[in-house]
Amino acid sequence: MFEPAQVAHLSRLARLGLTDEELERLRAQLGDIVRAVGKLAEAPTGQVDPTAQVGGLYNVMREDRVVDGLTQDEALANASSHEAGLIRVPAIQ
Amino acid sequence: MSLLDLSIAEMARGLRDREFSSVELVEAAYQQIDRLDGELGAFLRTTRDQALAQASVCDRELAVSPDGRGELYGIPVAYKDVLCTQGVETTAASRILSGFIPPYSATVVERMESQGAIALGKLNCDEFAMGSSNENSAFQQTRNPWATDRVPGGSSGGSAVAVSARMAAATLGSDTGGSIRLPASFCGVVGVKPSYGRVSRYGLIAFASSLDQVGPLTKTVADSALVLGAIAGEDPHDATSSQAPVASYQDAIGQGVSGLRVGIPKEYLAMGIEPGVRRVFDQAAQWLEAEGARLVEVSLPSTEYALAAYYVIAPAEVSSNLARMDGVRFGPGFGGATNLGDAYEHARHQGFGGEVRRRITLGTYVLSSGYYDAYYLRAQKVRTLVAQDFERVFSEVDCVISPTAPTAAFRLGERLADPLAMYATDLLTLPANLAGISGISVPAGFSDALPVGLQVLGPYLGEATCFRVAAQVEAAADIWRVGPETAGAAEEGV
Repeated sequence: MFEPAQVAHLSRLARLGLTDEELERLRAQLGDIVRAVGKLAEAPTGQVDPTAQVGGLYNVMREDRVVDGLTQDEALANASSHEAGLIRVPAIQ
Repeated sequence: MSLLDLSIAEMARGLRDREFSSVELVEAAYQQIDRLDGELGAFLRTTRDQALAQASVCDRELAVSPDGRGELYGIPVAYKDVLCTQGVETTAASRILSGFIPPYSATVVERMESQGAIALGKLNCDEFAMGSSNENSAFQQTRNPWATDRVPGGSSGGSAVAVSARMAAATLGSDTGGSIRLPASFCGVVGVKPSYGRVSRYGLIAFASSLDQVGPLTKTVADSALVLGAIAGEDPHDATSSQAPVASYQDAIGQGVSGLRVGIPKEYLAMGIEPGVRRVFDQAAQWLEAEGARLVEVSLPSTEYALAAYYVIAPAEVSSNLARMDGVRFGPGFGGATNLGDAYEHARHQGFGGEVRRRITLGTYVLSSGYYDAYYLRAQKVRTLVAQDFERVFSEVDCVISPTAPTAAFRLGERLADPLAMYATDLLTLPANLAGISGISVPAGFSDALPVGLQVLGPYLGEATCFRVAAQVEAAADIWRVGPETAGAAEEGV
């Protein structure tokens, strides 16, 4: 149901870095799962509105007031690499 | 007999009356952990020194003024590793968060602490709470204390095992499609999935944000009512937390069920329920009827589409939520990658296990253009149908009961090769998450010496009704004092 190239594309979109072997295993499992959730096509959803969230809250606002956040040290504490108060990552290209 | 066999109310009484100290309680908990957890694997890490220091502070305070303390004061508890704990490593049982030390605590953790509860450590779970058996942890296997060749249920498996094996008085878990109720059922403890928004999600590492809720696991219904009362309520840090006042859950207990209308959804009972589980369910229904409840057959016709809707919506939210796990602000590093794209791929490939990869890929697929309408949008419409089913049913009855799961705990490895068989474990629990309503699993009996839970579902913010019905079942079943060890001892005639 999924072409190998299609699963490789999804893996690339999601930045999963999967190996060929992992992609092949995932391809079979994904096919089974998508076939199963295909059951949705039978549901009588003609005039039904979608539900994205439950609980009925809408635009919850708070006062626009400055509060303390993390210090710079706290915010950097878990980064694998940082320098001069900034997180260090490899170049984009 | 361990002090941890007591209910929280009994522990609190003992502390107040100076029968034992908080240090003794905490030591008793660690004795259980030292003795049992090598095999059971519930704890990913413990915070012993911190806990004992806190307990001795509690004892000093209790000596000065024993009265006026909340019932959680000095009580040993533990948290699922998806809940951030300031200064204590929190991994969500994933390699990608190895070494992550949160700079803040989840609101629920803060609320437990402000009541004086003492944290023993962090509990194993499925990676990012994705799983029904706790077999997806990146770090260790957690085993069912009733039969160590069986799964504890997931994803809050460590949370259920710690309570069941008397290693903690109460634990917190999270429930996205059944992750509290299912392990509670498999391990013979009480587990509550609060209505969506009843409990703050601030500091809960997100799995599927529109479905996730934090809730308690405990030995008794009253203990769960106590803990939920402590953690529930509006939180300025979580805009989806409900502003409605928190009901007095403990008052609901002991009210009995006389006059309550209890619905039995015929679709749930047609879901291939194991005979031993069905027997326990029928018995529980009879108990409720004998106490004056009126049993009513009800219909939730959209149930047959709920599983499919869940396994589209939850992975869709996963693919979005877990995009932040890129190794930049936290995580194990980039392994010498020379450009940022490769760095992301390195961190995520090293960091994520099989089930998480599967769900991210599935979520990426159902949200991609050309498939969005057929899968994601349609699943959201089915979500509406599921919610409307419950709304209609709750205009006819006060609550709905069913088995929590179609089977008792299954064997380790039994469903690992077949994701769809694993997903079907949640058939009876996940509709409540889609609809956002309240639910509880309460131990109701045994099937071949394995615990079986009864699920009670109540309307949105109907937790009090769930507690009321669950307490009646607990009283009739009269098994909460039977732990996995005492049961074994009884069988051996010790």
